[in-house]
Amino acid sequence: MRQLITFIRKEFLHVFRDRKTLLMLFGLPIAQIVLFGFALSNEIKNSRIAITDYSKDAVTEQLISKIASSNYFDIQRTVQSATQLEAAFKKGDIRMAVIFPANFANDLVHTGKATIQVIADASDPNLATTITNYITRLVNDFNTQTALTAGKPLQILPEMQFLYNPELRGAPNFVPGVMALVLMLVCTMMTSVAIVKEKELGTMEILLVSPFKPIYIIISKLTPNLLISVVNLFIILILSSVFLDLHVKGSILLLTFDSILFILTSLSIGLLLSINAKTQQGAMMGSMMGMMLPTMLLTGFLFPIENMPVPLQVLANLVPSRWYFIIVKKVMLKGLGIAAVWKETLILTGMCLFLFTISLRRFKIRL
Amino acid sequence: MPSSIPPPVITTDKLTKRFGHFVAASELTFQVDKGEIFGFLGANGAGKTTAMRMLCGLLKPSSGKATIAGFDVYTQTEKIKRSIGYMSQKFSLYDNLTVAENIRFYGGIYGMSIAEIRAKTAELLQELQLEKEAKTLVSDLPLGWKQKLAFSVSIVHNPDIVFLDEPTGGVDPVTRRQFWDLIYHAADRGVTIFVTTHYMDEAEYCNRVSIMVDGIIAALDSPTRLKQQFGLDNMEDVFYELARNAKRKAD
Amino acid sequence: MRTLYFLLEKEFRQIMRNKGIVRMLIIAPVIQLILLPLAADYSVKNISIAVVDNDHSTASQRLIGKITSSGYFKLTGYTGSYAKALSLVEQEKADLALQIPAHFERDLVRENSQKLYVAINAIEGTKANLGGAYLSNIITDFNEDLRVDWHTTGTLTGSDAPQITVAASNWYNPYMDFHLYIVPAILVTLVTTLAAMQTAFNIVQEKESGTIEQINVTPLKKHIFIIGKLIPFLVLGIILFTMGLFVGWLFYGIVPVGSLWVLYISLIDYLFAMLGLGLLLATYSATQMQAMSLSFFFINIFNMMSGAFTAVDSMPDWARAIVQTFPPSHFIRIMRMVVLKGSGLGDIVYDLGAMALIGLVLNGWAILNYRKTA
Repeated sequence: MRQLITFIRKEFLHVFRDRKTLLMLFGLPIAQIVLFGFALSNEIKNSRIAITDYSKDAVTEQLISKIASSNYFDIQRTVQSATQLEAAFKKGDIRMAVIFPANFANDLVHTGKATIQVIADASDPNLATTITNYITRLVNDFNTQTALTAGKPLQILPEMQFLYNPELRGAPNFVPGVMALVLMLVCTMMTSVAIVKEKELGTMEILLVSPFKPIYIIISKLTPNLLISVVNLFIILILSSVFLDLHVKGSILLLTFDSILFILTSLSIGLLLSINAKTQQGAMMGSMMGMMLPTMLLTGFLFPIENMPVPLQVLANLVPSRWYFIIVKKVMLKGLGIAAVWKETLILTGMCLFLFTISLRRFKIRL
Repeated sequence: MPSSIPPPVITTDKLTKRFGHFVAASELTFQVDKGEIFGFLGANGAGKTTAMRMLCGLLKPSSGKATIAGFDVYTQTEKIKRSIGYMSQKFSLYDNLTVAENIRFYGGIYGMSIAEIRAKTAELLQELQLEKEAKTLVSDLPLGWKQKLAFSVSIVHNPDIVFLDEPTGGVDPVTRRQFWDLIYHAADRGVTIFVTTHYMDEAEYCNRVSIMVDGIIAALDSPTRLKQQFGLDNMEDVFYELARNAKRKAD
Repeated sequence: MRTLYFLLEKEFRQIMRNKGIVRMLIIAPVIQLILLPLAADYSVKNISIAVVDNDHSTASQRLIGKITSSGYFKLTGYTGSYAKALSLVEQEKADLALQIPAHFERDLVRENSQKLYVAINAIEGTKANLGGAYLSNIITDFNEDLRVDWHTTGTLTGSDAPQITVAASNWYNPYMDFHLYIVPAILVTLVTTLAAMQTAFNIVQEKESGTIEQINVTPLKKHIFIIGKLIPFLVLGIILFTMGLFVGWLFYGIVPVGSLWVLYISLIDYLFAMLGLGLLLATYSATQMQAMSLSFFFINIFNMMSGAFTAVDSMPDWARAIVQTFPPSHFIRIMRMVVLKGSGLGDIVYDLGAMALIGLVLNGWAILNYRKTA
């Protein structure tokens, strides 16, 4: 036992002496969460559009002012021809053009129906769909208003309530997502590179020929990163609460427990990576080139997993951060308890044990 | 009347380096002659490496003067670099290049033409008896051969002076002897050797030796005269005598 | 110049000998380029909805039928109590809960208006918004259907209450293929990681092994040394990019509408900036661990904020200003504009210029740093 403590102390000294890396270990998650919490959102606002009104009547004027006052749109200019429109799209100046045809007022008066033409730049399909929908909804609202004032019968009025995040801020989605992403990547990278560095220096050999059990060595290597990550977690939670108005609605104990589980899982992945890598560069490239994008895309905060083709959904299920993301959302944002997250917790526990055991075994054999 | 003795290749006058309040090397004043094998001794932390780095143009002195191969150490660092060679403690060869590729690279950096490089490579390989290893990766060479190769690479461009920073660490006495044979050959050809070392028997091989303690030069003379001066019969005892009261003990 | 030749010869020899590089630079990116775009699909489909029908009338059944046959929604709950439906939302089993109050049909006729209650899980903004929008549009349509069916249109609609519709068309990506959007972004991300991180690592490795000291003693000029480091990675970046374009064509049928020349010019401009970043980070790192931490910091921020996967337009002004200093955000814009819309050099002048400026700053700063360390 005392041996273990000596080891752990040595590992701590290693980490804490390297000021720059320490700065990164703490600064990185914090800076990123605050930055992303404030800057990122999946909501689409301020889309630059062009409006061309060939009809210029009272109705078009009303509609245009309704569009102008919506913060979804930012009216840039008008386009007079298809060539101008094309040029504007190619320059990336606008995302959509709204065109009121010349006989708009005419049609409305005589047939009771008129059409607005909307052309969207679908090079960003998501944006195109969303703002097309916004315009449609805006026009529908307008129709409903007119109908109401005209005393149109049979008004169905949907009342919408946005739960958990009524202002549709990006932070409630991105903070848990980035938490999962950053904790996982940092733990994996730091652990793998640190262990491989010792391999490169040759000091690992010394440890292994000593009478100390390999498991002590492993535990001592993982402990500093574990503690740093837990501290990071709390700093993130505090910052989210103070700056992003995002509070832990549920049990902090449960959140901490599951977070530690997740951190241990990530550390074990780092351990596994370090066994196969011969150079620090190899370890780093393995984690960066190999893990960064998949983790980012398969955790579920950028793209919904249900939308993915089944093989990718299966792949996503193997990514620990995917489960942790769900846990954080449920416990932190919705305030749910263990009854709601027992499944995910169990999965994480299983992953952790599995990875740890495998790396322990290979550690003994390989080196 | 004009002296036929060539001017000294290294001259220093109160050369000093300060890091904040800490004076790593203080008022070093000495001269090294052409073709001399000059040993630069001192305990860890005495300031040897700092001194050497200043002479190589790797570190700017805080005060004092120095010339290397006649060039001023403050204003003519480019010319100094062309005239010197250097072999560091880590040998500084590229592990994942072959013997021939390393020679070719450094030769090219020093401006040698391809023909010159080819000739020099053949010459070096023969001298070091490494002809068969021309295409071997440096990482596959035994330590002793790496050292000899590193030395040869450091003088591939026929510099006036070569600086060797603890070149013989970790090899057996026979290999060390062979290494020093190489040094003698180079010195015979007129290359001045400035070498730092921990091995006191190597100190005996030098023409003159200086011993740094706590940042200053505590003694500078030929090994013979130093032994006479202290009434001791080997350099190790001389060194011990001077260094044991040193206040700075580690790098 | 001859020294540059020898320097480059050595660099390329070392790169070729590095087995890990082949794996990391070619295999990993190609696999990711092939698999990951499949994951990236924002299109909001299969929104799960839990319905509480307290009315059980023809109208309510019709509404529910309309919702489920719209193709946007899938019914994952049909309960008698709103509380139950809400708990489904809580457990992530439903994204929306719709409550049709009791006597809906009857009261709609009697009082001429009725409310419907919708609760939406708004944690994920896009889904919430679009889900709400789709549902709202369906309800509006249903409303009109009812009016038509119950023969109330003749009297009050027509001239008094006109109906405006929207005819939407999509340019440049008529099939709304998300791959066209994502593949360029992923490619840029991969090239970014290579350019910044590998460069930084490579240089710090020389620092750690001591070979950089050896180089410092030689008359090799600092700027030649730096160019000698930049060129190999420039070449690698171009190779990776080309491979990426090829994979994009082979697996996703992506053929750039614009000119390849424009793409490659932009690529080189971009690499110039990113390699500069790698260089700069190397000057601030003494160990490979530090180089890795620093590059990871920047690369992660780039990945999240440059518009690869999230929209830059939606960011607050200060964030958008910061994003302008990120080279990847410009290159991603260029990629999408040139590949999908056929934009030409004239259209991307702003982005090209921004990258060049950033590149000058970063490289200049890096060179200054190198000069200082004797």
